[in-house]
Amino acid sequence: MSDHGHSTADSHDGHAEGDFAHPLPLPMLFGVFGALVFLTIVTVAQANYDLGSFDIAVVMFIATIKAVLVGLFFMHLAFDKPFNLIVFLSSFVFVALFVIITLSDANMTSEAFENNPNDAPPAAAAEM
Amino acid sequence: MSNATLPAGARDPGYPTERENYLTNSSGILSWMFTLDHKRIGLMYLIGVMSAFAVGGLLALAIRLHLLDPNGWMFSGAEANNIYNQVFTLHGAIMVFLFIIPSIPAALGNFLVPVMLGAKDVGFPRLNLSSFYLWVFGALFFVTALFSSGLDTGWTFYTPYSTTTDTSVILATLGAFILGFSSIFTGLNFIVTINTMRPPGMTWFKMPLFLWATYATSIIQVLATPVLGITLLLLIAERTMHIGIFDPEFNGDPVTYQHFFWFYSHPAVYIMILPAFGIISELISVHSHKHIFGYRFIAYSSIAIALLGFLVWGHHMFTAGMSSLTTIVFSALTFTVSVPSAIKVFNWLATMYKGSISLTTPMCYAISFIFLFTIGGLTGLFLGTLATDLHLHDTYFVVAHFHYVMVGGTLIAFLGGVFHWWPKMVGKLYNETHGRIAALLVFLGFNGTFLPQFVLGSRGMPRRYATYDPEFAFLHQLSTFGALLLGVGLLYAFVVLMVSLVKGRRAPANPWGGVTLEWQCTSPPPYYNFERPPVVGDPYDFHNLEWDAENERYVTTEPERKLVPESTPEEVPVHAGGQK
Amino acid sequence: MATIDSVTTSTDAHADDSHGHDHDHPSWLAHHFDTPEQQFDSGKLGIWLFLVTEILFFSGMFCAYAIFRMLRPEVFEGCSQFLNTKLGAINTGVLLFSSLTMAWAVRCSQTEEHKKLVALIATTLSCAMVFLGVKSIEYSHKWGMGLLPPGSYFYSAANEHPTAQQLVEIHGFSESMAYFLTNSLYFICAPFALVAVAVLVWLIVAKVSGNAFQYACAKPLLVVALSFFGGVGLGMILESGGEHHEGEHVAAAGDHSDAEHGEHSGDDHGDSGHSHSIASDHSEASADEDGATMVESPLGDDYAAVKLLAENETNTGLKDLVAAERTQQSIATGKVLTDPAASDVGISTVESEVNTPRQAGVFFGIYYCMTGVHAIHILAGIGVLVWLLIRAVRQDFNRQYFGPVDYVGLYWHLVDLIWIYLFPLLYLIR
Repeated sequence: MSDHGHSTADSHDGHAEGDFAHPLPLPMLFGVFGALVFLTIVTVAQANYDLGSFDIAVVMFIATIKAVLVGLFFMHLAFDKPFNLIVFLSSFVFVALFVIITLSDANMTSEAFENNPNDAPPAAAAEM
Repeated sequence: MSNATLPAGARDPGYPTERENYLTNSSGILSWMFTLDHKRIGLMYLIGVMSAFAVGGLLALAIRLHLLDPNGWMFSGAEANNIYNQVFTLHGAIMVFLFIIPSIPAALGNFLVPVMLGAKDVGFPRLNLSSFYLWVFGALFFVTALFSSGLDTGWTFYTPYSTTTDTSVILATLGAFILGFSSIFTGLNFIVTINTMRPPGMTWFKMPLFLWATYATSIIQVLATPVLGITLLLLIAERTMHIGIFDPEFNGDPVTYQHFFWFYSHPAVYIMILPAFGIISELISVHSHKHIFGYRFIAYSSIAIALLGFLVWGHHMFTAGMSSLTTIVFSALTFTVSVPSAIKVFNWLATMYKGSISLTTPMCYAISFIFLFTIGGLTGLFLGTLATDLHLHDTYFVVAHFHYVMVGGTLIAFLGGVFHWWPKMVGKLYNETHGRIAALLVFLGFNGTFLPQFVLGSRGMPRRYATYDPEFAFLHQLSTFGALLLGVGLLYAFVVLMVSLVKGRRAPANPWGGVTLEWQCTSPPPYYNFERPPVVGDPYDFHNLEWDAENERYVTTEPERKLVPESTPEEVPVHAGGQK
Repeated sequence: MATIDSVTTSTDAHADDSHGHDHDHPSWLAHHFDTPEQQFDSGKLGIWLFLVTEILFFSGMFCAYAIFRMLRPEVFEGCSQFLNTKLGAINTGVLLFSSLTMAWAVRCSQTEEHKKLVALIATTLSCAMVFLGVKSIEYSHKWGMGLLPPGSYFYSAANEHPTAQQLVEIHGFSESMAYFLTNSLYFICAPFALVAVAVLVWLIVAKVSGNAFQYACAKPLLVVALSFFGGVGLGMILESGGEHHEGEHVAAAGDHSDAEHGEHSGDDHGDSGHSHSIASDHSEASADEDGATMVESPLGDDYAAVKLLAENETNTGLKDLVAAERTQQSIATGKVLTDPAASDVGISTVESEVNTPRQAGVFFGIYYCMTGVHAIHILAGIGVLVWLLIRAVRQDFNRQYFGPVDYVGLYWHLVDLIWIYLFPLLYLIR
């Protein structure tokens, strides 16, 4: 909020005493929107190309760039109090903790759920 | 106010007028139902959680009475075992979701957080009221479940049983879902209040430790409870639409459910115990009349417990079929939580050391808390160890362990807190002698109930069984008689409080000699708490308090102002060229 | 959401009793805050914390997604083909645009451009409605085809659009349920149509009674309500484009008789475990038959489609599937003499059939949970945006008090953010 210097907006945002609003300049909003649309097109287009097992990584990378753009500009995090950014980012730390541990455990135990096809007929493999 | 024995300048806020008193400044049922005053909301929460506790407690007595006889004593007939299953499930679910989780943060926290901050209210008063009503709705769902077809899954709702049983799982999970949001909103409110509404001069390290504990609790509430929300939502979807995430019949995985559930429910254990730590920190310091020992360590250890609590959920699932690597990692991480907990206990003991201890009712509870919580915490280490857990898992040892933490810890601290702040909340003093007797009965009854259960568990008595081998009969009967004594003690404590409402003496602003801000406003506080932000000092510096024997109260004395020179200063200071 | 925001909307009871307050509190500054900035910062921290809870709320479903995608990659690849990428991409664009207008609206509330603010909030709302319209086309299309969670999954490639009667007779649905599944689009549209009519009536009443404020509220809301049907139309046009593609898919796969097929999936529905043992018994039995010319594929009717998909290098799961199928075929026809139990006839860790309730059904279970909860968030967002619209018409917001617009904006961006991840994770798997 305190970062007033960044604003290049029109005459409306005269910073009177006690004013804490920080209107985003319109060209920035449109620029971000353009970038987002472009990235959406890229991500749809790349689905037609064969990228092998990097596929998911590429898709997630593009999605993350989009998310960062939305977060920093539309959600105003680039100009906000740093504490709000910390709060928001910390949530991803806990999501990662949750997903990674659960996922790795599921990965390590999945062999036990699904019988090895070598010592059982395929029908038994249904029981996961 | 004027007393010859008191030094000049003794300050006391006196008593509130009827118009100022938050209890009487407006009247009528609607003024309570639509109140935005955090103190009234806290009081309504207090009544609510106490009613829930009464229901859950009666269910607990029913469990213990049934176990008086190896073949079951309380319930009879063909349905006896089913009834038993429903009773222990509802005991667990009501105690966890309706009582322990909201008890200290929502009831005492709502009352205390803004007053301790010298603020007029919490950040979002409407959200605060709505979270109370969410609690009421959640409770209604539970009651409906109780009266429709019961619930027999255990409070954990484990799949696949919860997706196949005929009892009202959906009603109960919806209830828990709603209660979760109530808890989230309370936590969110406290974080915002503590962050943005501290008075000038109150830095983070001048906050009372109860606020630190509440802050840590709120972090867990905000981070963990949504995961319970989605878990229960997916469970409902699994039951109605068979989405195939948790139900093995449709390729789901019950262990995944347990991961989801305990990712919330283990941190929830710290939602239950952390505020209790906060209360004990206040109680020990005030009633020992000594500065808290290791303030920063207690504060940091609250945050450490909150964060470490997210890393250890797997220790509930050692026998559930996790991979062996995961179990080892979780077992190792579990031990790290004992470090900050031990830091707290040692600091409390060091605070009491060479203190001037008043053995008041709240202090009796605080001391029994330290004793019981230490037992509860140490037995947790046996369960955190992989090898012993395989033997002790799902036995009475586990039951005894978590009751020592949840009842011996949270409930005792809650009682201590209620007795400590009761004069502040209602403006009446209770009878100290009877209060102490009740505390003693609770302590004896509690140990009578749960000490035998450690023995039962280590000898292999499984939990949640409606009948048992005759060889366990003696210990079970011992436990049941202990439970009855505990019930009597709790009832006694309740009666002591209720009698004080009618017959109690009017409470002074500061009956115990506390320095935190809530003792600087009248008892009960005026509806606006403080005219203007109060002066903030060290919350545990007792030097400026004096006992006013005539009025049986503590008063604040003006500190000696040594900085002001006694003689009139020179017109021009020497260093500026003045004459000496 | 609404509660958080409404906290700041007006003074409450205590502010009216004078208790020695010497500030002159404006009507929009709650009594327990000292300055507008303190109020704004509190609200902002509150909404960020709320967004944190939202992220953790969604994390459960992302976790479920990750587990099952990791364990069953080929199911996700196969089933993702049923999702129409065009519709998903259009919806992504619509949501991104609504994010733009929302961010713009926040700016307008800060600069006190009231007319523009109303227009932008109405645009955001319209985009939300278009999103739901397209979504309802996607949903109703899949429900009609039986692409449902495992409990009610009944898709079969040979008969993609069963009639209500077939659903009752073959799949054992109740008649009302079958009617709902075959006509779900009407059921989804009905409440929106009701809302549109109600807003229209409100508009007329406000016009006739000369209530300028209500008229100013109802006018943009009517546009909003109607834009749902714009979304439905858009979805229909794009979906019919997609239909063609699926037609090929059916032609390639549909070389089995309908009756046999129906029986098979009827089994699946009733008792999936049972049907699998039938399938494997069947292949084992055929292994014993000497010189059987035509062996039925346990892969079922989608075999042709699966083969097509497996031609791709990266589709390792399906490649394995087809390889295993060939092995089974060669054993069954007796060309290769091996002990069937010793040879690797299955795909390691994978069931032999993708298109079953226990396989594809789980994908759709997760799909409906994720998109459904997201759609509920859109609905909640519509609710608070309408509230915001009315307040914007009333010109409640100013330079010192634009918090509610900002908070709702943040929530709306988060909903967009989640869709940014959902779109590639569900629609763009190959």
